[in-house]
Amino acid sequence: MREIKVQEITRNIKEMCIEANHFLSKDMADAMANAAASEESPLGRQILSQLQDNLKIAGEDMIPICQDTGMAVVFLEVGQDVHFEGGLLVDAVNEGIRQGYTEGYLRKSVVRDPLIRENTKDNTPGVIHFSIVEGSRVRIKVAPKGFGSENMSRIFMLKPAEGIEGVKEAVLTAVRDAGPNACPPMVIGVGIGGTFEKCALMAKEALTREVGRHSEIPYVKELEEELLARINGLGIGPGGLGGRTTALAVNINTYPTHIAGLPVGVNICCHVNRHVVRVI
Amino acid sequence: MKKYITVPIGKEVSRTLKAGDYVYITGTIYTARDAAHKRMKETLDRGENLPLNWEGQVIYYMGPSPARAGRPIGSAGPTTASRMDKYTPELLDMGLGAMIGKGKRSPQVIEAIIRNRAVYFAAVGGAGALLSKCITKSEVLAYEDLGAEAIRRLEVENFPAIVVIDSEGNNLYETAAQEYAGK
Repeated sequence: MREIKVQEITRNIKEMCIEANHFLSKDMADAMANAAASEESPLGRQILSQLQDNLKIAGEDMIPICQDTGMAVVFLEVGQDVHFEGGLLVDAVNEGIRQGYTEGYLRKSVVRDPLIRENTKDNTPGVIHFSIVEGSRVRIKVAPKGFGSENMSRIFMLKPAEGIEGVKEAVLTAVRDAGPNACPPMVIGVGIGGTFEKCALMAKEALTREVGRHSEIPYVKELEEELLARINGLGIGPGGLGGRTTALAVNINTYPTHIAGLPVGVNICCHVNRHVVRVI
Repeated sequence: MKKYITVPIGKEVSRTLKAGDYVYITGTIYTARDAAHKRMKETLDRGENLPLNWEGQVIYYMGPSPARAGRPIGSAGPTTASRMDKYTPELLDMGLGAMIGKGKRSPQVIEAIIRNRAVYFAAVGGAGALLSKCITKSEVLAYEDLGAEAIRRLEVENFPAIVVIDSEGNNLYETAAQEYAGK
């Protein structure tokens, strides 16, 4: 049994919220730089070059990359030999979000009730996903999610007979409909299988996989590559103003599902695809 | 085509702007997003006056992150314009000159843009740090209780934007994507 003080979780989450909103992870930064070098459309190149400047200014002057600093999505993989002490884990996570968004000059974008819509003024609560894994470590992933792209995300409950072609059409439909609203170039997280909520969660977690790293399942890797090529053939381009760079990656996760179903979740993220990982 | 314009904007200037023009905007603009639009609509429905006269003015759909000490504003990029579509035709009919945002507009908004010879600009989504450098002054004009969603008066200098929907209804989102589709 390993004991971890929840205050250590709070401190890490606070730092990770601030880091994620000012610095893109290396995989995303590299993908953006490659896109800026390869885009064919003159206006598209100009937009990607502005986004390169934007990343530089964000890091140097500590101005968030995007004013929508997101709703804080936190994945916690907790080793089953860990014991937390000093308070409730969920409170410690939310305290980290509170401190990060307040002390880090991040925008408070969360309303307490979806219909009454009163701002909580500290960006809490976050959306927290726990899973129990083997070992005595805690893997924390913080992925603040902007809503320009979140609003364009979709779930399709396909029939098994629609098969892989149905999945492709679902993803392309979501991206086509998102168009300029989702701040392309986008990253597309896809979850195939499971249940209604499982496919959405898989799609969300797929967004946090490094851009450029493919699924280990051969047919899924092929599907990721084919969909990326077809999405970039849609012409939407940077900022939705035409070009070849509509998406930087398609990341797909799969899970067993029911004999009667083929759920497909498509979670769209803008080019500010924030994800920071720490293991403690 | 590259153009430099000052705002507020008159119809004589709006008419000269064409979808695809790259413009640098200097002057005074006002932020308003979801909650401010809802409140303005409720104010109008009660027969009361809005906090400002929108004639010739420019709305920037934006809610900034907080400013660090010594800076006028935090990160300040555009938000998705379509969430305001429900409220926009009424403001355009009251004389609103232009909007800066990102993303598609409804057919009703496009009709109102043509009817009123207005213009819709897109700023680059997700470039909030860069765009904040073009904002020299920021003050809350109304609805302070809405926090990031308050109406702010901004002074901007050479703020970069692209004409997406011009006063004749030409729509760059449709034409530009077609140009590169299937390539």
